[in-house]
Amino acid sequence: MSVALTTPRFKDNVHEALHDARLQRAMNTAGNFVPRRAAAIERLPEFEALRDSARDIKNHTLAHLDLYLEAYEQRVTQAGGKVHYARDSEEARAIFLDLCKARGAKRVTKGKSMISEEIGLNHALEAAGIEAIETDLGEYIIQLRNEGPSHIIAPAIHVTRDDIEADFRKAHLHLPRDRDLSQPETLLSEAREILRQKFLSADIGVTGANFLIAETGASVIVTNEGNGDLTQILPKVHVVIASLEKITPTLDDVAQLLRVLARSATGQDMSVYTTLSTGPRRAGDPDGPEEYHVILLDNGRSSMLAGEFSDMLRCIRCGACMNHCPVYQAVGGHAYGWVYPGPMGAVLTPSLIGVKDGGQLPNASTFCGRCESVCPMKIPLPKMMRHWREREFERHLEPTPVRYGLGLWAFFATRPALYRFATNVATRAMALIGGGRGRFAWAPLAGGWTRYRDLPAPQGGTFQARWRAKSGAVN
Amino acid sequence: MSARDEIFAGLRRSLHVTGEEAPRRAAVADRLARAPSGVIPARGKGGVATFKDEAARASATLTQVASPAEIPGEIARYLREHNLPATLRIGADPRLASLPWAETALELGHGPSDGHDLNAASVAFAAIAETGTLALASGADNPTTLNFLPDNHIVVLFNADVVGDMESVFSRLRATYGKSQAPRTLNFITGPSRSADIEQTLLFGAHGPRRLHIVLVG
Repeated sequence: MSVALTTPRFKDNVHEALHDARLQRAMNTAGNFVPRRAAAIERLPEFEALRDSARDIKNHTLAHLDLYLEAYEQRVTQAGGKVHYARDSEEARAIFLDLCKARGAKRVTKGKSMISEEIGLNHALEAAGIEAIETDLGEYIIQLRNEGPSHIIAPAIHVTRDDIEADFRKAHLHLPRDRDLSQPETLLSEAREILRQKFLSADIGVTGANFLIAETGASVIVTNEGNGDLTQILPKVHVVIASLEKITPTLDDVAQLLRVLARSATGQDMSVYTTLSTGPRRAGDPDGPEEYHVILLDNGRSSMLAGEFSDMLRCIRCGACMNHCPVYQAVGGHAYGWVYPGPMGAVLTPSLIGVKDGGQLPNASTFCGRCESVCPMKIPLPKMMRHWREREFERHLEPTPVRYGLGLWAFFATRPALYRFATNVATRAMALIGGGRGRFAWAPLAGGWTRYRDLPAPQGGTFQARWRAKSGAVN
Repeated sequence: MSARDEIFAGLRRSLHVTGEEAPRRAAVADRLARAPSGVIPARGKGGVATFKDEAARASATLTQVASPAEIPGEIARYLREHNLPATLRIGADPRLASLPWAETALELGHGPSDGHDLNAASVAFAAIAETGTLALASGADNPTTLNFLPDNHIVVLFNADVVGDMESVFSRLRATYGKSQAPRTLNFITGPSRSADIEQTLLFGAHGPRRLHIVLVG
């Protein structure tokens, strides 16, 4: 489903998410990714070396992206495919709709594609009277619910089994009302039956791409269900929608990236299906599409390449950062208000939709650093969130109390003697007032903190005083 | 300015290059020509034994037979064991077509699947010990639809085609088909189809085969 932008009201979204008991129950399962990833890495002593290798490959590719893109385009054309370029979402949608219209397409099956979410493809297809069917089970579920994905690899992670049963009963009205849907297995087989018919009758199949290989012109998709493959081999036309930074030089480079992708994502050594597709079916091929198109989307990425957010273009969309993020785990993906949630979304979203609408997301971090520590591409996510905060501050986009508060703090912080004096007084005063219970249940100007937990009362001197007493070294 | 021209201009502006710099062009041409290998895990050196272990971890089943002549009998046995009908669809691969199928009760179908086949068999182009992964190449010999539409996919794998890692599969691909002339589709398959989209519960047979059985020959 196309995602309605609610990022500007991020704080309200968070508040609602924290008080949504159903969501909180569903998010309980989201932590399962963490031990699975850890176990997969435990089994592969070369994992750290592979992270470095993967990072270096992407850095090299980005530094030569124009040339690899030329080589890629040449290979796709040689294989009988066609590459289309889209500067923005609107152009990408228009190219796709033109392809549909020229072929009289009425039904489009879709493999999971974050870029198609980014450009709002489903909405555009509906408006044009074309049926768009998501075939990844999670994507199918959220399409029925008229929602966007809440996780980049587990789009329906916010939905419970009970919800899915209710959605299926509402959507599949041709099936007996008294059928048993109490088990996950029965839900899966119902979706399998329904989607099988869609696969076999679609006019166009659209997939994303995990990688586009310059050496051969192949697009690569990685799935566990096999839906992406049925999407791209059964209809007469296969359209790949991908962003520029998916270009990867060689087959061997892709082998390196694949080793860190699945392990970081689901904790598998390899996902079940990794498929390389190059052009349309060949002479003598009994199956496969007759046409092959690639729509390459820029949408601000060529500009990102220049600045301090270029590291973000290394992202391979594994989802490890959100799986390990305390903020994402608490509020879920929808609170982020657009397509990309979690730490990677907090960095990418302001780049794609602007700091005015997306500037709140980089504040959704405790700077614990787990995201960077698990990122297979070693993207310095916390550092980039800090960059965004600086930009938000420069542009006076933060709330007034925050601005004044920081100004006040800066006044003291740049006057060490005054700072020590003031903190000493404040510490003693607070110890005196709150010392009896050892904590404050309420404090002036700290209502936001004390609403959820107590504020500990200071014990002993300030940190600096204690540090000096211990080692004598304070500059 | 076309979208293509504008995107290339934007990339070059960001990179502070014109695109004509000889050292950059040489670096790219060299990497594309040489395709240097990166870090290759030692695990793949375990060969066929490692392949068997890893395929089992991925929930594939495997039976080993001594010679190609035993393949039809093994497939018939597997289908019987799982109470499946004695039907089988195969492509034109001569390594399958020439087998003594008549000695079994199997009813053979030929060519791609239209979605109405319960069972299909293919021959693997290669297999990866490191991860228990099969590699299948598209074409008339082994139509890609057989890998995905049937409920039960049986893959015949010749012992000599088991290699250590994915890089070795790519070397074979270049050697067999010529550089940059690979088949339309190359499927890497690691176990049967699955989904965990319902409350993270692992379920098999999401859209592709519910079962993946490997017949290792030799």
